[in-house]
Amino acid sequence: MPEKTQQKGTEQERIIKANEIDPHFKYEISKVPGARKIMMCFQCGTCTADCPIARFSDSYRPRKLMRMAQLGLKDRVLSSDNIWLCAACFTCVDHCPQDVEISSVLRALRNMAVKEGFMPVVFRDLSSNILKTGYAYMIPASRLRKREEQGLPPLPKASLESLAKISEVTGFSKLLKKKKEKSE
Amino acid sequence: MTELKYLLFLGCVIPYRINSYEISTRKVAKKLGIEFVEMPDFNCCGLPIDPVSHDMMLTLAARNLCLAEQQNLNILTLCTGCSGTLLKVNETLKHDKNLKEKVNGYLKEIGREFKGTIKVKHLVQVLLEDVGFEKIKETIHRPLTQLKVAAHAGCHILRPKKYLGFDDPEDPAVIKNLIELTGAKSLDYEDETACCGAPIIGVNDIIPLQLSREKLVHIQEAGAQALITVCPFCHMMFDINQPRIERVFNEKFGIPVLHYPQLLGLAMGINPDELALNQLRVDASKILEILDRAQKVVPLQK
Repeated sequence: MPEKTQQKGTEQERIIKANEIDPHFKYEISKVPGARKIMMCFQCGTCTADCPIARFSDSYRPRKLMRMAQLGLKDRVLSSDNIWLCAACFTCVDHCPQDVEISSVLRALRNMAVKEGFMPVVFRDLSSNILKTGYAYMIPASRLRKREEQGLPPLPKASLESLAKISEVTGFSKLLKKKKEKSE
Repeated sequence: MTELKYLLFLGCVIPYRINSYEISTRKVAKKLGIEFVEMPDFNCCGLPIDPVSHDMMLTLAARNLCLAEQQNLNILTLCTGCSGTLLKVNETLKHDKNLKEKVNGYLKEIGREFKGTIKVKHLVQVLLEDVGFEKIKETIHRPLTQLKVAAHAGCHILRPKKYLGFDDPEDPAVIKNLIELTGAKSLDYEDETACCGAPIIGVNDIIPLQLSREKLVHIQEAGAQALITVCPFCHMMFDINQPRIERVFNEKFGIPVLHYPQLLGLAMGINPDELALNQLRVDASKILEILDRAQKVVPLQK
C-alpha cells in the first residue's frame, strides 16, 4: 500500500541518482488531458503557498511534486503518499501564473500510480460501490425506507449493465482486478 | 421567460446521509415554481473515482449528460462536487473534439452519444440566473432579520474560474446575496474561500478535521449564529463531523449548519420540521429561538 511504501521525509533525504531519472516521464504526463502544461511550471511556489492542505501537512508540497515529475523521478512520485493528498479545491489552478492545472497533473499522476498498483483502499471501495450500485456509497436499505417515510420519491436504480460495460471498455475493471491480484 | 423545469441530479452523498438537503430543496422549489423531473437511471457523477481512471470519470459523467440530452432538459445539481464535475465535463467535451470522440467511442458500447445540447447548473446558479432575486423576494414572508450567519460556498461552485465563472472565487458574493434576501445578515470572516477538507477524508483522518475546525473558529470569531452551506459534502464536514472536531480538539462550537434551502424556507414561513431542521446533527433550536423572539417583537410594535 502507498501508505507504507514511503515514510515521511524520505523523499528529501534520499540522494537522486541518475539512473532513477526517467526523461520521458514529463512527456508521458503532458499527453494526459488537463496535464498538458506540466513543463510550464517555473517553481514559483504559488500553488504551495495557497494550498489549504500544505498548511496542515508536513510533507505535501505541490511545487515539489511538480519538480519531481518534471525531473523524471517517476518511481518516487508514483509511490508517494503525497499525490493522494490533493483535495481538488482548485485554488492552485486559479492562481498559477503559468496556467498549469496542478490538480489535473496530480490526477494524472494518481491514474498512473493506479496502473503501477498503488491505490489507497478508499478508492477501491468507492469504485466497487459504483459498479455494484451506481452510487459511490452503499446506501443501506433503512435509508431507502426512510426516504419514502419522509415523502421523498424512491431512489432511481442505476443501469448496472451499462456501468459494467463502460467499466470494461474504459479499462476501469482491469485496473481494479490488477490491484487485487497484487495484494493477494 | 425561462421555463423552470430541470432534471434533478441527486448524486450519492444526499441519498446516503443528507436527506435534509433534498427535503428542504423540494419544499422551497415548489414555492419558487421550480419543477423537478426525477432523473431515472442516473449514476455517480464520476468525481470520486477520477483519481483511479480519468476515462471512467469522463464516461460516467457523460452518460449522465446523455440521459439529460435524451429528455432535452437541463440538469440541476445540489452537490457542488457533482455540479463541478458534470459542468466541467460538459464544457470540455463540447470544445475538445478529440476527447469527445474518445468518450463517444466508449458510450457507443451502451448505445449512447454525447451531443452537447444541455446545460448543467447548481441550485445556486439557477436561483441567480433563472429564478432571479426579484422572484425570490416575493416569496419571503418572514424575514430573518435577527439572524447573523456565515456562508461557505464550497470549492467546486467557485473554481476553476474558467469553467464556473458566475461568481468571483476570490470574493464570492452570490451566496451572501442569496442569504441577505432572506433578511439574515451574511458576515465576512477570515479565509472564507478555504476548502472544508472533505475530499481527502478517506486518505487522511486529521487534515480535513483541522481545515474544518479552522473554519469553525473563524466563523465563531465573526459572531455567526449559523453556517450556511450549499453542498452535502461540505455540510457533512461541518455538521455530522462537528462533534468529532469538538472531541479531537477539545473545543466547543455548537454552530448549527443549515442548507441554504432551509434558511430560505424559514424566511418563506415554512415549518422548520417540514424543512428537516430536526434532522441536523448540531441542534438548530437556538436559531429557532432567536427567530421566535424576533417574531414576537413584531406584533408588540404594532
